[in-house]
Amino acid sequence: MLFGIAWDTSSGWAFAVSILPILLIGMWVTIQATVLGFFIALAVGLVWAALKAAPLKIISWPAAVVTEFLRDTPLLIQLFFLYYVLPEFGITLPAFMTGALALGLQYSAYTSEVYRAGIEAVAKGQHEAARALNLSGGRTFTHIILPQAIPRIVPAMGNYLVSIMKDVPLLSVVTVLEMLNVARIIGDRTFNYLVPLSMVGALYLIMTLVASAGVRLLDNWLPKQGIPLK
Amino acid sequence: MDWTQYLTPLTLGAWVTIELTIYSTVFGALLAFAAGIGKLAHNPLIRAISIGYIEIFRGTSLLVQLFWLYFALPVAGQAIGIDLRLPPVAAGVLALSLNIGAYGAEVVRGAIQSVSKDQYEAARALNFTPRKTLWRVALPQAIPEMMPPFGNLAIQNLKDTALVSLISLSDLAFRAEQLRNFTQDSTTIYTLALLMYFGLALVLTAMMKLLERFVGRWRAGAR
Repeated sequence: MLFGIAWDTSSGWAFAVSILPILLIGMWVTIQATVLGFFIALAVGLVWAALKAAPLKIISWPAAVVTEFLRDTPLLIQLFFLYYVLPEFGITLPAFMTGALALGLQYSAYTSEVYRAGIEAVAKGQHEAARALNLSGGRTFTHIILPQAIPRIVPAMGNYLVSIMKDVPLLSVVTVLEMLNVARIIGDRTFNYLVPLSMVGALYLIMTLVASAGVRLLDNWLPKQGIPLK
Repeated sequence: MDWTQYLTPLTLGAWVTIELTIYSTVFGALLAFAAGIGKLAHNPLIRAISIGYIEIFRGTSLLVQLFWLYFALPVAGQAIGIDLRLPPVAAGVLALSLNIGAYGAEVVRGAIQSVSKDQYEAARALNFTPRKTLWRVALPQAIPEMMPPFGNLAIQNLKDTALVSLISLSDLAFRAEQLRNFTQDSTTIYTLALLMYFGLALVLTAMMKLLERFVGRWRAGAR
């Protein structure tokens, strides 16, 4: 029994059906962690992108080193680092929050590159035209560059959303009860790992297929030439 | 405990990490070529197997795959009367290679498809067999295109090896966790572990750059 739901071990199919609601509770945690991690990655990535684009080397260079470091070291170790080291500095977060923060930080390194590439892909003529029309730097960015960069940024961000979803099971090592952890607990208690773990695999396949289809729909729906922000 | 005393056990773990990275990258590259070329095959059965493999391993989480191979496969083997219990090393290398191979297969497929159509027509005009066209015309031009994404995948693979510590393989991540349990000195130990992974990643990046330069000679018009 887990989360107050009992399982039925009389046959393989009955077992699978009886543990499905338990796994779905775990799936809900997985989705929450994915979404929270994704938003942290979007926000922090934007900060990195802005710092890396700074004209002063003393600002852009450290930002580049930090993002390289975040990208090149394993999420598992970053997670353990945050989980064990933050409390030593008096910051105690729940395991779920620590996990979402680790996911967000690792992926912020990737999203910062997406922002940069999306902005740089806007044709140079657009900058020159904006300058010829005497638009200020701020207005050029918000009214000319950003609307054209967004359709390039969105699909790449969508792919990272799917990647984050696939990294959520790592949070089980800091006791977060996401789908894989729930399946392992069921396996530990019933000595049957095959059914719950296979179901987690199938549920993952469904989640990533749905998420990828959603990203593709969004990509098709966004006008390629840009979206007006007003 | 002084921080220099952590270095010996961590270095021992780093060696396991290096070995795992080498095995799974090489084995994963073979799988990537097999499945990537298989996805473009005319034989529908080979194509279906390749697509099925790629979709399953790209669509699920690596940790789920690892746990499935380590915990669920023996149960499945028992049910059909075969001993499928894998030692942790085998399960780890297998899961890592299958996972990275599926990502690599898409890179291989994309690069082969990006070889211009004229090349295939010229090969046909010269009466090349399909196999000869693949080996002598398509692959030499496609491989240089694959190298930058392969470099990223190799780094991803290095980072992913940390997951095998969860099935009790004594790699760098496992040694760090062990030391932490023993000394409670989390800050120093995890900082060292992160720096060691970062160092390994920089070395791996440099090696992939060298390989990229080496295969760059095969690019059309490079000579």
